Amino acid sequence: MNHKNLLILLFIAFLISCNKEKSTTAEVKKITVTTIKTVNYKQLQPLLEKKDDTIYVINFWATWCAPCVKELPYFEKLGAAYSSRNVKVLLVSLDFPKQVKSKLIPFINDHKIQSEVVLLDDVNEDIWIQAIDKTWSGALPATLIYNKNKRKFYEQTFDYETLENELNQFLKP
Amino acid sequence: MKTIQKIVLCSVVFLITTAFTTSTENGYKVGDAIEDFSLKNVDGKMVSLSDYKKAKGFIIIFTCNMCPYSVANEDRINALDAKYKSKGYPVIAINPNDPKASKGDGFEDMIVRAKEKSFSFPYLFDEGQKVYPKFGASKTPHVFIVTKKEMKVKYIGAIDNSSKNPDAVTEKYVENAVDALLAGKKIEKTETRAIGCTIKVL
Repeated sequence: MNHKNLLILLFIAFLISCNKEKSTTAEVKKITVTTIKTVNYKQLQPLLEKKDDTIYVINFWATWCAPCVKELPYFEKLGAAYSSRNVKVLLVSLDFPKQVKSKLIPFINDHKIQSEVVLLDDVNEDIWIQAIDKTWSGALPATLIYNKNKRKFYEQTFDYETLENELNQFLKP
Repeated sequence: MKTIQKIVLCSVVFLITTAFTTSTENGYKVGDAIEDFSLKNVDGKMVSLSDYKKAKGFIIIFTCNMCPYSVANEDRINALDAKYKSKGYPVIAINPNDPKASKGDGFEDMIVRAKEKSFSFPYLFDEGQKVYPKFGASKTPHVFIVTKKEMKVKYIGAIDNSSKNPDAVTEKYVENAVDALLAGKKIEKTETRAIGCTIKVL
């Protein structure tokens, strides 16, 4: 019974959030990207644990991962729509280092990716996958949303509505 | 009118996401007994674990044609079979992807790839994608080591600690686990993780 009530509540909340359409138009960068910052897990870690007033949406992806490529526009859209509300999108690429020049950089330029992209290159995946989230099996795509109070990890794909809905849970006081 | 449309659309999305949120968390854990399966091999014959009368166990690997991490591990999977089939632990590879969701992962494509890479092990097609959820496989490649007598899962995870670069491997998880089983010793690492491609279904 309780479960049912909760579902109905969630449903109503979802409808409300659905109706608030955002129409922020961020200015599109026209700079061509020529290099990508490469980090190991130790260097990435501080970006996953910031304690400021921003909500961070971290998407783990790769150009070879079809479901990742499919959902990437939703992250871009989210980053643009919520930039004025202290939301920052970071795209952590797990492309093969030898394909950065041939695949990753052209992809970023072709798709005019506006969010910040870093390449994570670190062996001993077993250690850092667990450190990022205990429930992560390592499958891509995966997403982490966090602020200084709350943290949620998703080993799944998103459509825009679901992603926005998850973000809204962080935006509520 | 627009608002009504939006509400209807939102309702549909909500119902779909709540009704079909599938999870692989309910799959086999280390220590669980597994059910046998019967899947079609690239040679056209059906394969079950019970067919292997002399095996002591199996290195079951969910893998596929299209995932670059699977491709990066093909030679290592061949090497595992070469090393352990004769010792009683053959490799059984299973493609869990629905070809409708992953072009290039169909049965005919599997036949081509198995020939190109001279797979020495069966490469089975999980038709209808019914077996991988039982295992709780979430990605390719994803390894499950199972003993034959008890049909129990002894190890779940990665092949080694450097999935994308075979030259940087310093720890061979699967080899260590099978060696321990063969020696009657305790497996040190029974669960490991690696980056992989999510299993593709519609």
